[in-house]
Amino acid sequence: MSVSEASGNTDDASKPADAPLIAFQGITKTYGQGQTAFLALRGVDLTIHAGEFLAIMGPSGSGKSTAMNILGCLDTPSAGAYLFQGAHVEHLDRNQRALLRRHYLGFVFQGFNLLARTSAQENVELPLLYRGEAPEKRHEAALAALALVGLSGWEHHTPAELSGGQQQRVAIARAIVTQPLVLLADEPTGNLDSKRSHEIMELLVRLNQEQQITVLMVTHEPDMAKYAYRNVHFVDGVVSSDSREEALPCS
Amino acid sequence: MFLNAILLALREICRNLMRSFLTILGIVIGVAAVITMVTLGNGATQAVADQISSLGSNLLILRPGQRLGPGRDGVSVPRFRIADAEAISSQVASLQAVAPVVNSGATLVAGNENWSSAINGTTNDYLIAGNWTLATGRAFSEDEEKLGRAVCIIGETVRAKLFKGQDPIGSPLRVKNFSCEVIGLLASKGQGAMGMDQDDMVIIPIRTAQRRFTGNQNVSTILVSMKDGVDSARVIEQIGDLMRERRKLADHEEDNFNIQDTKQIAQTLSGAIGTLTTMFGAVAAVSLLVGGIGIMNIMLVSVTERTREIGIRLAIGALEHEVLLQFLIEAVALSAFGGLVGIVLALLACPFLADLMQVPFVFDPFINLLSFGFSAAIGVLFGYMPARKAASLDPIEALRHE
Ligand SMILES: Nc1ncnc2c1ncn2[C@@H]1O[C@H](COP(=O)(O)OP(=O)(O)O)[C@@H](O)[C@H]1O
Ligand SMILES: [Mg+2]
Repeated sequence: MSVSEASGNTDDASKPADAPLIAFQGITKTYGQGQTAFLALRGVDLTIHAGEFLAIMGPSGSGKSTAMNILGCLDTPSAGAYLFQGAHVEHLDRNQRALLRRHYLGFVFQGFNLLARTSAQENVELPLLYRGEAPEKRHEAALAALALVGLSGWEHHTPAELSGGQQQRVAIARAIVTQPLVLLADEPTGNLDSKRSHEIMELLVRLNQEQQITVLMVTHEPDMAKYAYRNVHFVDGVVSSDSREEALPCS
Repeated sequence: MFLNAILLALREICRNLMRSFLTILGIVIGVAAVITMVTLGNGATQAVADQISSLGSNLLILRPGQRLGPGRDGVSVPRFRIADAEAISSQVASLQAVAPVVNSGATLVAGNENWSSAINGTTNDYLIAGNWTLATGRAFSEDEEKLGRAVCIIGETVRAKLFKGQDPIGSPLRVKNFSCEVIGLLASKGQGAMGMDQDDMVIIPIRTAQRRFTGNQNVSTILVSMKDGVDSARVIEQIGDLMRERRKLADHEEDNFNIQDTKQIAQTLSGAIGTLTTMFGAVAAVSLLVGGIGIMNIMLVSVTERTREIGIRLAIGALEHEVLLQFLIEAVALSAFGGLVGIVLALLACPFLADLMQVPFVFDPFINLLSFGFSAAIGVLFGYMPARKAASLDPIEALRHE
């Protein structure tokens, strides 16, 4: 299934061949209505190309998570255009967005969000289950993904039997087991100590380089943002700065 | 897809065995109660039918006194005589047999064995009225009946107790204070309904009984067997008129005898038991419904408890109907499994309870299937709302849920 199929856009000719992977054009997001309406995003323009490793930074409440949720098609913008691989996805309904997530996106959360009392392998297999993959293929892919995040031998442990760092690795394995185009991580190291945090970041860098997965990450820790090649700063619901690695001072 | 949903649901059930068990408890009890009630009710109906049919078909029972049952209107009520039976036999049409009976009991002795049993003084018509057949030997001769000879026909139980392996025909049997010759053996009817052994009985000519036991001309009851397809109400009326006439009752006087129609009793009893069965079954069905509400309750709690999990599934790309189906199948699997456990429980308990109540255990596949189907339907009915709730959760909100 292609994105244009999911969006109902059959006019493929209109799609530029070298379209960026993701394009935000004047995205706004309003929470609530009337008097209590709150403008969390006030017109965000952002273009992300395949293969990028992007860190979104900014103070708390600046709209980072809101932007991530829209990027990840978990939510829809109030206004503006969102082009995914050149196709408009801002008006997709719930199920169309679910299909888009299922086929192109992988998620990693701050709180790991693994299924409790469920082995690492079963957790990793979950997205494949919804894709309707055959059991052997599921097992194979899950084992491979767990190996990729360095958890070979831990397949049958449940989250309760794993450390925070290991749980986040399982979550990453679950996110990449479907070989997504984009991995979205909202503060993936927020619940980890600094040593584990660096390990996770190194893993994300490796996945970005070796698996060509585009990584979008929210963090408020500059240390973690350094791993990314591009840093986008949010302030009060708008992008205040957008810098490439070359511009960052070397550490 | 569907298989996937089943797989997901079963995984979830197994992950929470204790909660699953508590969830289905209501359904288990409900189904078990419905099936037990209906099965025992059917057994009781069957028992009544058996007992009535073992009395004989199209049977009327005449007793002195106005009311039914023991403690009738005292000794002043005139008893029947053999002549009454003869009058009925000769003056009322469409009858198969008319048997006057003198009921008694006595200790029987044969050789070194003794046994207490019921003694019925009556005529050969008793065999017709009671649907008895002879296994061996013969019925009474006209002479034996008229003159009250010391002969008897015994039931299978009496033979088994007193004569063991021997052939009883021609053997002497001491009945209380006199000795009589066994001339016939009744074919066994087996255990009657309500645990009554119908084969535990000795039949002697009625005049023998009157002379040797009661010492008077009285007859306890008169059994009247009608031909098939005869209108019993008409026969009852004719017999009633005849008896009033013979007892010289004036127009204003009430009957001092009563006539029972066994078929009518059977119908009345069966009807009453049927009503009771339906009532108890309905009460049990309400408990099944309550069990369904229990499932809904637990499923709702489960949805709230698993909000985060649902968020994960939705974020990963689960479609609304996939989540709905998962929870629905979970509910249906739970309630259907509860139904199965209930059926097993009922089938284990019923033979025991039937034995306790002395009614036959009548397995009714229909009520079992119905209960099972009903419990599964309850899963759909009460599982839908929680499933709907789960499926319509907002993934972002759900993921943020603590
Ligand atoms: N569901 C919501 N309803 C109302 N306001 C919200 C909701 N989600 C976020 N907000 C508000 O939008 C702003 C941006 O939130 P968020 O994107 O979570 O910030 P960040 O992730 O950068 O800390 C915050 O002020 C927050 O209170
Ligand atoms: Mg945030």
